[in-house]
Amino acid sequence: MDSSASQTPTVSQRDQWMVEHRIFQIYDFFGGLPRKAQSAMLELQRENHMEYLIKGLKRLEPSFSVLDANRPWLCYWILHSIALLGECVEPELEDNVVDFLSHCQDPNGGYGGGPGQMPHLATTYAAVNALITVGGERSLSSINREKLYMFLRRMKDPSGPFRMHDAGEIDVRACYTAISVASFLNILDNELVQNVGDYIVRCQTYEGGIAGEPGAEAHGGYTFCGFATMILINEANRLDLAGLLDWVAFRQGKECGFQGRTNKLIDSCYSFWQGGVFALLQRFHSTLDEQLALPHSGEGDCTNDSQKTGLNASCPVNLNSIGYNFIKQPAETEPLFHSLALQQYILLCGQDIEGGMRDKPGKGRDYYHTCYSLSGLSGCQYSSAEDEDSPPLPSAVMGPYSNLLEPIHPLFNVVLEKYYEAHEFFAMS
Amino acid sequence: MDSDEGNAQRVPLSQRPDWSDVTPVPQDDGPNPVVPIAYKEEFVETMNYFRAVYLADERSPRALWLTAEAIRLNAGNYTVWHFRRLILEALDGDLHDELGFTENIAKSNSKNYQIWHHRRWVAEKLGTDATSKELEFTKKILTLDAKNYHAWSHRQWVLQALGGWDDELHYCWQLLEEDIFNNSAWNQRYFVITTSPLLGGLEAMRESEVSYSVEAIVAHPENESPWRYLRGLYKGDIESWVNDPQVSSVCLKVLSAKNNNFTFALSTLLDLLCHGLQPSQELRDVVDALKASGENDQPDPDLAKTVCWILESVDPMRANYWKWRKSKLIS
Repeated sequence: MDSSASQTPTVSQRDQWMVEHRIFQIYDFFGGLPRKAQSAMLELQRENHMEYLIKGLKRLEPSFSVLDANRPWLCYWILHSIALLGECVEPELEDNVVDFLSHCQDPNGGYGGGPGQMPHLATTYAAVNALITVGGERSLSSINREKLYMFLRRMKDPSGPFRMHDAGEIDVRACYTAISVASFLNILDNELVQNVGDYIVRCQTYEGGIAGEPGAEAHGGYTFCGFATMILINEANRLDLAGLLDWVAFRQGKECGFQGRTNKLIDSCYSFWQGGVFALLQRFHSTLDEQLALPHSGEGDCTNDSQKTGLNASCPVNLNSIGYNFIKQPAETEPLFHSLALQQYILLCGQDIEGGMRDKPGKGRDYYHTCYSLSGLSGCQYSSAEDEDSPPLPSAVMGPYSNLLEPIHPLFNVVLEKYYEAHEFFAMS
Repeated sequence: MDSDEGNAQRVPLSQRPDWSDVTPVPQDDGPNPVVPIAYKEEFVETMNYFRAVYLADERSPRALWLTAEAIRLNAGNYTVWHFRRLILEALDGDLHDELGFTENIAKSNSKNYQIWHHRRWVAEKLGTDATSKELEFTKKILTLDAKNYHAWSHRQWVLQALGGWDDELHYCWQLLEEDIFNNSAWNQRYFVITTSPLLGGLEAMRESEVSYSVEAIVAHPENESPWRYLRGLYKGDIESWVNDPQVSSVCLKVLSAKNNNFTFALSTLLDLLCHGLQPSQELRDVVDALKASGENDQPDPDLAKTVCWILESVDPMRANYWKWRKSKLIS
């Protein structure tokens, strides 16, 4: 750490400066354009995105063989992107989605990465979200909820958290995908919830964000998963939310996008994982206020029983209505991140003009980044909306107003309209 | 096992006498699948034979070989990895060879959950025999990518399950010497000082770690990692954090240095003030000096408010956040 050593840039510095340089070149170029050209450059290339998405549903190149155990994910990434764009696929193609995912459904519950593969929690989450996005009786009733519940129970480790698959790894992703699916399908109960919160609390690091496992580094993807899980099991107030907010606030870089971890490069997918954390926090200001008023809460392991019992300790909580009540609560303030800056990054740096979205300039497009960039973009556009019935003001939407996407449910990342349909369906059956 | 270069003259399984008794099982995608992958012939055949042995639950040497082929084609297929473990158990396979196998796969793709889960399974079976090998292996991966999340998680598991703590603090020091911005190494350092049975825990380590992080902060005030680390050293003991003069003095030092990298110093100061720090006159003066002239020359008695106000203008990306923080100040 002597001064001579600080002269030569480190790997982190060098990588960071290269990305900054490339991105600022784009912004400089953009800044020098006349207004009309700027507006054109900010336009979401809807038709090209649709073409790219539909093409993927119909055929994937041999290079996709490395995603052969992630085919429900491909369905979800593509269908959710299409839904965000406010488009639909032909009814025949929708039927094909339902049929194909039925082939991925395990006779004993859950969905595998492809036909005949073992059921896996991540692909189960993807399949369920994809089927909800398709919507309709045929699609929603294709999910075997009784068997799925048994699968979730089998994946639950006696210590509390979940395993990804039979004898698979335990982590925060597994907890989120299990709890999200159970909550969505109206099958969440105390057996599934038990001790999940203890595990997630242990994953919140000294930085404020949440790691994949206790001891590991705070990370955007796991922070979203961990926080969303805690909300769905009504234990979010056990986290140090002020610390979490401070950490996530600093993840937005001067390049305007979000990074996943401290001193890492930005990546458009964190537009959702980190940006989504703000959408969740926007409905948690009262808890934040409580924690700020008691400066010692949330720090260390001093969780006491009253903190453990949840928001409404006096009245028993219906676990399965948390997701619904959450979205019905008004968002209390403006977002605490820079929404227009993030939209600028997504549109100018993340968008492939030919269709699809990418991590950052210089990288190729893919369905994962398309899904999470568009999800993040939607989150930005609605981040200042007073309530869900009033559309965003034009000033909240970067570029032409036709860039406006459909709103999502921030806990499940499914288009809101599809969420309501599924919520009603599963509440009745 | 076949080597990779054998690919060109690969003999299809259907033409190999040792597989003649097996009827391949095609993938049941249904009549009109979505997201269909245009697999290459080799992929299709390998997976068809894999499905056959998997469904027959054939735990044989040739099935073990076949799982290696399938993994080589797609290391993300967790079903194949899972079945491979069942076979290894049934055959009592050589687990040291297995470490070599995963290392080879990791060479082409070290960011995949399956490899690391498998590796953990093997190392757990080998027990302390694997300790040094696992530490070396993760080191090798981290030499290529010092922030590989899976490698760090694995390393932490090895330390906790099998031991090998002796050099870990030194290893963190070495990585930070190479790249002081490597937040993964800072995180590992925190893990070591709070978890290592050889050290006395957070409180015992605090003094030397505070010096270490303060030195890093002074060298690069724009580096967020040591700032968060410094705060972490007082986790669960806010009072000591507020009252430790080393914390407020590093803020003062950075704020007095008159360079532009004082966002973290101000944000730390804000947290200190929110938790009851009584600021010195020196600290007040240096903060007042940072205010752009003209706007508000009368020093605000509420220093925290001034700090928020400065942050709002020097850190516009977080302007909303600082505004919100300001609104939450108890005046």
